[in-house]
Amino acid sequence: MRHPKIIVVGGGLAGLMATIRVAEAGVPVDLFSIVPVKRSHSVCAQGGINAAKNQKGEGDTTGKHFDDTVYGGDFLANQPLVKRMCEAAPGIIDLLDRMGVMFNRTPEGLLDYRRFGGTLYHRTAFAGATTGQQLLYALDEQVRRHESEGKVKKYEGFTFLSAVIDEGGVCRGICAMDLRSMEVKAFAADAVIFCTGGIGAIFGRSTNSVVCTGSAQSALLQQGVDYANGEFIQVHPTAIPGEDKLRLMSESARGEGGRVWVPKKPGDARPARSIPEGERFYFLEEWYPKYGNLVPRDIATRAIHRIVYQEKLGLLNESAVYLDVTHIPRETLDRKLEGILEIYEKFLGVDPRVEPMKVFPAMHYTMGGIWVNGEDQATNVAGIYAAGECEYQYHGANRLGANSLVSCIFGGGLAGPAAVKYAKNLPKGAESTASSVFERAKKREEEKNQTLISQDGSENPIAIWKQMGEIMSEHATVTRINKNLEMADGKLRELQVRYQKINLSDRTKWSNQTLNFARELENMLILARVVTLGALARNESRGAHYKPDFPERNDAIWLKTTRAKWMNNDVQLTYEAVDVSQITPRPRRYDAAK
Amino acid sequence: MAEKKQVIVRIRRQAGPKESARWEEFTLKWRPSMNVIICLRDIAENPVTRAGKKTTPVSYDSNCLEEICGSCAMLINGKARMACSALVDALAQPIRIEPLSKFPVVRDLTVDRQFMFESLKRVKAWIPIDGTYDLGEGPRVSPEIQEQGYPLSNCITCGNCLEVCPQVNENNQFVGAAIISQVRLFNMHPTGAMHAKERIQALLEPGGIADCANAQNCVKACPKGIPLTESIAAVNREAWKQSLLGWLMG
Repeated sequence: MRHPKIIVVGGGLAGLMATIRVAEAGVPVDLFSIVPVKRSHSVCAQGGINAAKNQKGEGDTTGKHFDDTVYGGDFLANQPLVKRMCEAAPGIIDLLDRMGVMFNRTPEGLLDYRRFGGTLYHRTAFAGATTGQQLLYALDEQVRRHESEGKVKKYEGFTFLSAVIDEGGVCRGICAMDLRSMEVKAFAADAVIFCTGGIGAIFGRSTNSVVCTGSAQSALLQQGVDYANGEFIQVHPTAIPGEDKLRLMSESARGEGGRVWVPKKPGDARPARSIPEGERFYFLEEWYPKYGNLVPRDIATRAIHRIVYQEKLGLLNESAVYLDVTHIPRETLDRKLEGILEIYEKFLGVDPRVEPMKVFPAMHYTMGGIWVNGEDQATNVAGIYAAGECEYQYHGANRLGANSLVSCIFGGGLAGPAAVKYAKNLPKGAESTASSVFERAKKREEEKNQTLISQDGSENPIAIWKQMGEIMSEHATVTRINKNLEMADGKLRELQVRYQKINLSDRTKWSNQTLNFARELENMLILARVVTLGALARNESRGAHYKPDFPERNDAIWLKTTRAKWMNNDVQLTYEAVDVSQITPRPRRYDAAK
Repeated sequence: MAEKKQVIVRIRRQAGPKESARWEEFTLKWRPSMNVIICLRDIAENPVTRAGKKTTPVSYDSNCLEEICGSCAMLINGKARMACSALVDALAQPIRIEPLSKFPVVRDLTVDRQFMFESLKRVKAWIPIDGTYDLGEGPRVSPEIQEQGYPLSNCITCGNCLEVCPQVNENNQFVGAAIISQVRLFNMHPTGAMHAKERIQALLEPGGIADCANAQNCVKACPKGIPLTESIAAVNREAWKQSLLGWLMG
């Protein structure tokens, strides 16, 4: 009998869940991660995780969660899997609860739930304002337990370079680089599950962690793994601007009653606290009376842009608005929001319990990602699966807050057993793949490293990265204009040319972070073009994708998934129908109850 | 302080685990809200020392940049702390940056903290669930236990508490305050409590709780404000009970 083996790339929530499920099936797993998995970006998720447990007696149902998710995503998501995810969500909460997550509790000892954007129900379970950290730790602990029993082998400090694909187009493993020795190694596996997270780094600054470059997704695209809906980028309405990072201020601040406002008088120089209630403009509450401060993120972000850039009502000398929690009792703030308030206090030296926070939108999440089928997270290349933020399946044109954690765990939990089943049914496993297939793949990657290390050029990779970030943030986020997108793509192509002449300031062969960054940068530039070209082509406005020249959603032409392929060494866009078999698309509006 | 135009940083460099260390000094352009991470990025963009000598970018660990992933712990002006939340304007110059000293240096400011993850295995820092299949809801937990447990589970495994502990040295294998506090967390949970003895037993072995000498540096160094000394005291009581009971039962 054959003994299959699975590789998981990425150790955030999705990767860890996939790992646990594979280990439970008795199949050995190799888990690859750039950072120790406990330091993955999932720790940055703050507000909570959605599940329609109806524990506040409001009549919430999984069906309503499903409808909110599809509606919030402006009908671009394929519906069957979204439905399954929403139905599975209460069970996922139970599982996390059994794993010991320190969720906030009611006096009866049950899980507490709060409100989040895009719904009228208390549907979000939470652990203070560091829910992602708490969930990641719970899964990390379970994986450590499997590891101590010999079922999981971790490769932390390794970065994925490319898939090993045989002559028949079947994935047989991966090439990865040890980030200390800088050695390239090939690893065989019968199936590989990618859970490589977000792509924030292509926007230069975002709410994402340093490792969220999208490099793996781009490398896969270049090997024939399709990438879907790349143009759908979520810009979170409330973050603290910073030179190194845009630090998220969770939607839970508004879920617990936080209010967004600006002074009614342009350029009002008075301190926030001394501005009387009647002279404040609570624009979200005024414009969207039903949902108020809890409209979905795309809506809130565009409203803030309108306030700052069109109405010129931004705070004095700053592109910012107030996020105010000072009216909420201190005890509630400390019990439910302490984690984020501490971030604000530490990085700005101002206590948000006393002073309203100054926030501005920031690139936060990609709804688009690796194309996967509508059943079990399989990509279009045999043996390759994807789950978590790196794939596109669940959030359509805009993700609702607190749905990402549930989609990571659901998707990872689906991918694990699917990969096991696939591996067990393979007529011939990776063990019978010719060693030359692995050697060729390894040699190609080694040559790439050698070229980068030895070439003498005039370009600095960090300078190129910064310029890419500026181009993307300016033209491919909140407001998209075709002539600007065309120009942006031209500039990205110029950067690609300049990339050919980069010069590494570090040519050593031990723990060389510059070399690794240069490799990621090449992939980032390609993914930046996928986002830009997708946005350029889509002449409508839907969810997070907003074109003032095409302000309406256009289902007749654009109720379609964008599917980017790699052909003739370039990005090619194709389109396919969206599965709307469960809920008929209807206009999306938040100024009234839907 | 009046407006500073420059930031001067001194960094302890080391090309590899077996190489000798050296200091390099850099002059950087000051901007508002600069932190140590921004300094290191500035150097990466233009790796030239204050003396005008070309050098390599500094190797260091970082990820979330909001003090929740635990990556960027280092010694900054002699203090173990996270580089992302170390704001330049609050630091005396020249800013001295060194790798943590209690962990093996990989390169420059990058250290290997695998010891902590291995220690978590040693004390079985997890809830031993039967499986991920549907077994219904978890046990009820009182808000009181949640309010005690949640701060403990905020531990980011940064290693600062080990760095400042005089008992963590080459002569012993002391697991350190973070790990002891995790034992308290898991023993507090209704399901975790069923296996409390195993965890305590692990801490009764060499490198366990007996190695704590009550210096209380850990609690001051914790970036997450975890009540580490309370945890040590609580676990110590459990450990005494368990070892005394074991001795009485022969």
